[in-house]
Amino acid sequence: MDSALGKNPTGGNAGSAGTGIEDFDIRAYLRLDLMPHFMCPGCGHGIALRALLWAVHELAIPKDRLAIVSGIGCSGRVGAYIDANTFHTTHGRPLAFATGLALARPDLEIVVITGDGDCLAIGGNHLIHACRRNLHMTCIMLNNEIYGMTGGQVSPTTAENRMTTTTPAGNTEPAFNACALAAAAGASLVGRGITLQTPALKNLMKEGLAHRGFSFLEVISDCTEIFGRKNDLGSSPEMILRQKSQMRPEYFGNVVDEPFRPNAMKTGILSRNERPEYGDAYRAAMVSTRATASHGHG
Amino acid sequence: MLASVRQNLQGNQACALGAIAAGCRFYAGYPITPSSEIAEKMAVELPKVGGTFIQMEDEIASMAAIIGASMGGVKAMTATSGPGFSLKQENLGYGAMAEVPCVVIDVMRGGPSTGMPTRPAQGDIMQSRWGTHGDHPIIVLAPSSVKEAYDQTIRAFNLSERLRTPVVVLLDEVIGHLVETIEIPHIDTIERAERKWATEARETYLPYGETDDGIPAMARPGDGYRSHTTGLTHGPSGFPTQKPAEVNDMMQRLLGKIDRHRDIVDDVETVGCDDAEVLVVTVGITARAARRAVRQARDAGIKAGLFRPVTLWPFPENQFRAVEARVHSVLVPEMNAGQLCLEVERLSARRTKIARINRIDGEAIEPAHILSTIEELGRHG
Repeated sequence: MDSALGKNPTGGNAGSAGTGIEDFDIRAYLRLDLMPHFMCPGCGHGIALRALLWAVHELAIPKDRLAIVSGIGCSGRVGAYIDANTFHTTHGRPLAFATGLALARPDLEIVVITGDGDCLAIGGNHLIHACRRNLHMTCIMLNNEIYGMTGGQVSPTTAENRMTTTTPAGNTEPAFNACALAAAAGASLVGRGITLQTPALKNLMKEGLAHRGFSFLEVISDCTEIFGRKNDLGSSPEMILRQKSQMRPEYFGNVVDEPFRPNAMKTGILSRNERPEYGDAYRAAMVSTRATASHGHG
Repeated sequence: MLASVRQNLQGNQACALGAIAAGCRFYAGYPITPSSEIAEKMAVELPKVGGTFIQMEDEIASMAAIIGASMGGVKAMTATSGPGFSLKQENLGYGAMAEVPCVVIDVMRGGPSTGMPTRPAQGDIMQSRWGTHGDHPIIVLAPSSVKEAYDQTIRAFNLSERLRTPVVVLLDEVIGHLVETIEIPHIDTIERAERKWATEARETYLPYGETDDGIPAMARPGDGYRSHTTGLTHGPSGFPTQKPAEVNDMMQRLLGKIDRHRDIVDDVETVGCDDAEVLVVTVGITARAARRAVRQARDAGIKAGLFRPVTLWPFPENQFRAVEARVHSVLVPEMNAGQLCLEVERLSARRTKIARINRIDGEAIEPAHILSTIEELGRHG
């Protein structure tokens, strides 16, 4: 494809997209001059990044129209590797920045990349209101159960009894079920994926991107170097296989009634709540106001 | 005919109409006394011109949202008061670091903490300059009338767009809620500055490179530049760097860019400064009380003068020093425990007597109070 290596100033990758892995070359979507990347060996974030870009490719979203908004933490640094309009914002606030961007520029395809600490702790308020508001954007929360960037402190999704640098006797707090939270707050599409099966994760991302409204996608990512090491969870393949063994499809019955996740997860699309996209609704409501406007004061 | 119209307006409403006249098309805010009328006016007026209003979940989100909108290329504003202004500070710093134009109206109250929401105070003289962490550029404008609230909000947008920096408009509760009849010029006569947008080839474009005027052109999302914006210390490419030389170059440009444009940034009102012996330095409603006191003092034969920094930050040092060199006393009345006086003291010669009037009881400072202090300083000069 002619936009390979990002040399096409129009970013016109539309039209060159296919549907198979054969014609997906991730290098066409990366800022290769920033390589090598800074993620640790075994980190699952790279797999999530690949799945996202693969989905972007299959949906033929032009890179120029793609805006990546991220916060602070390991997740926050992932966006910079994408050859798109990338905004690395402040801790916990990417959804709030993205809200302004989405309302100002409804022509952009906005993807928020956030982490469990960024999204659920410091940014928790913005998450629930973004879910409620239903602006068109895709929020991808990379959940590695830990504050990796700062050295391994407990996060809102750390499972009980897990060891972290700030829970010397094991974590005594229950973990959030982020998907249940998002669904309860009104997210119009909620899904979860794991990094074991990239094609399935890619398909989940495609659903999220194609959905008109606010999509919340949780990606179970593994932090081998810090969380895994601290908890004797073995190598990255072992950690990823453990994710699969923890899937309990029957468990996730009523997402609204299960705010915490006792070590059990379902993957795929978990809930849909189709309703008007907020920007569309706002603009439609304001048409009548504009029709009767007086421009006397300018 | 480009006729102006006369309108009876509150200071807060004048800020909202000034913003729209300046081209503001996005407002995000959170209710807070005594600034809420700005949000209410924007909610009604913005849709009429195709703009967008949103009430966010909190003050932090409001600041983030206006920066997000501005990064998308739309002129954006928020308004708040002391406690909310505190909450906005981290993202205000992001705006300074990433050089994203935006305007913040702060209708001050006293503090600390919740303070007295409905009472006048000038508690954010220093927070408006140093509220966010680290060294940073900022411009703060301090209107003292409804007409000036309108004009200075327009100027805030123009400076913000030209210099790619957050600009704060600092009101006090009295100016915010004061109702005056003002002349609103025809929209076509209003000067509106637009941001310098990148137009060169992507291969040679440097989002944060040095330029003749210290202001790099901004890439509009969708225009093909696919650039990176971050609050991390970055090099000319926009990507993070920790190389000392690159960091130093970037920070020197960032911290120096406002000074390179002092010709359009500085704005001072002076009354009787040519022959003044007692000089009053103050802003906002306190400056209006001071103006009256200065006139009364002059009527009584005391050579008093008023120096009012309309652009409060960066403080107009040169203009102040030129006036200060001729006076024997400087009086700084302000509705706080002493903030602006610190800057005055910093800039004054040792021989100059510095006097303060500080009111922290939720009442405005009266002309008579200022006049009696001027008389006292005049006697002992």
